[in-house]
Amino acid sequence: MSAAPAIAVKPVAREPGNTFPVAVVCLAILLVWYFAAIPMNWVVTGPKIAAGGGGLSNLLAFSWNEARPVLPAPHQIAMELWKSVFTVAPWSVKSLVYHGWVTLSSTLVGFVLGSLLGVALAIAIVHVKFLAKSLMPWIIASQTIPILAIAPMVIVVLGSIGFTGLVPKSLISMYLCFFPVTIGMVKGLTSPEVMQLDLMRTYNASANQILWKLRFPASVPFLFTSLKVAVAIALTGAIVGELPTGAIAGIGARLLQGSYYGQTVQIWAALFMGSFLAAALVWLVGVAERFTLRRMGVKP
Amino acid sequence: MAGPVISARELSLVFQTADAPVYALSRVGLEVEDGDFVSFIGPSGCGKTTLLRVIADLEQATSGTITVNGMTPQEARLKRAYGYVFQAPALYPWRTVERNVGLPLEIMGLDNAPERIARNLELVNLKGFEKKYPWQLSGGMQQRVSIARALAFDPKLLLMDEPFGALDEIVRDKLNQQLLELWDRTKKTVVFVTHSIPEAVFLSSKIVVMSPRPGRIIDVIETNLPRNRTLDIRETPEFLSLAHRVREGLKAGHSYED
Repeated sequence: MSAAPAIAVKPVAREPGNTFPVAVVCLAILLVWYFAAIPMNWVVTGPKIAAGGGGLSNLLAFSWNEARPVLPAPHQIAMELWKSVFTVAPWSVKSLVYHGWVTLSSTLVGFVLGSLLGVALAIAIVHVKFLAKSLMPWIIASQTIPILAIAPMVIVVLGSIGFTGLVPKSLISMYLCFFPVTIGMVKGLTSPEVMQLDLMRTYNASANQILWKLRFPASVPFLFTSLKVAVAIALTGAIVGELPTGAIAGIGARLLQGSYYGQTVQIWAALFMGSFLAAALVWLVGVAERFTLRRMGVKP
Repeated sequence: MAGPVISARELSLVFQTADAPVYALSRVGLEVEDGDFVSFIGPSGCGKTTLLRVIADLEQATSGTITVNGMTPQEARLKRAYGYVFQAPALYPWRTVERNVGLPLEIMGLDNAPERIARNLELVNLKGFEKKYPWQLSGGMQQRVSIARALAFDPKLLLMDEPFGALDEIVRDKLNQQLLELWDRTKKTVVFVTHSIPEAVFLSSKIVVMSPRPGRIIDVIETNLPRNRTLDIRETPEFLSLAHRVREGLKAGHSYED
């Protein structure tokens, strides 16, 4: 008798890595940027070319190395970032770490306050019927006012009663970031199915028990989605809060100084610092989300 | 001897809609005795689920009277008189099997939770699955968890709304057998909604045949089959004649017409 042939096992298909396509896209953006710098900086480079020798190598050298270009080249921004992050003491006013921290601290305070306010409003709206009708229009109206219009008023009013620095900026962050949390959490807290709510009714559960044992756990995925939006706009709020008073510290102050003195490279470096901060914050919320959902036993 | 567990008289539930009122229940009368296994059978729209929901105080009748354990349905619900099993398991996905079964115990503040959870999981043959999450279980196992959850706080009355409707026939047969054993062992009173004739005849001590438009009771059949029956009973003449009578009742209620 011959042995039965071995049964073949289908190998688990592996996701192909996507490093290569990502790298290609980044490279394409850099190329477009470098190319765009040539016409954008023509105002500055044009006269120089006309005065001293022309030629392609001169055009490129001028376009990508101006001290005050209209559009700085990526490597100029990278060098400015390097200089202001690593070559100066982190507590010096020339350090982007210092300015970043000033903005980050008020962002975080505003984010925490705004998220708490957002969750509290959502809980109130879900539980008290008339609040949905009476509060919601005001909540939406609050977000249609341009933040640039309201920020100076907040800063000036609070400044006149002695609050300066972190508090007014945090309040502007809070004002911006409670909104997505409220909207997301109203959706999340009302997401349980009728059957799951009926079940609680058969147990004669209290509103409090329904909130903590059903509505809140069910809303967690919605909460994290809202928090990602909220943390990014909390940062925007803090930066905007630094603009109107000519603050001397923070990413916003750095942007303002850059524009006073025509330091475009400094502006761009500060913008990049802001983007890195936002990306890092959103990433951190994502990590917290994955951790929490795994703890809750969500299907991987 | 105490009175009936459920007693309904002239019970009606009428929904007012834009064009005409809808009679979900029309002058329904019903008695369920302690230890009965009562099935409501009929086509969609006959009011069988509505009647169950009225008993559970998830819906309120518009006229007539109904008592559960001699009280109004609301009083009975507030006293946590019944366990309810829904059409879907309705488990909370963030809770493990044991914490799902323990949910009513947490809410009612009952002690002995670990012992109650273990006993009821054993009753539905799910020992060893305590730490699993719902998504790790099959549909039939999930529904068994929801039965254990309904039994966890030891209600004397079990209300089941097409609990096996979404399961395949083989799983359904097995669960019917297990439910019957559970009923025999625990001596609970069970009210069971179904649209399957074999299921109703196999499980019940009393079959309530209902028909739609308006939702009403056509026939009430006492089955008198032995309590500890097996699936084989479905081939016996007694079983077939009961199934025939149910079908005749449905036909009389125009359930097979468009």
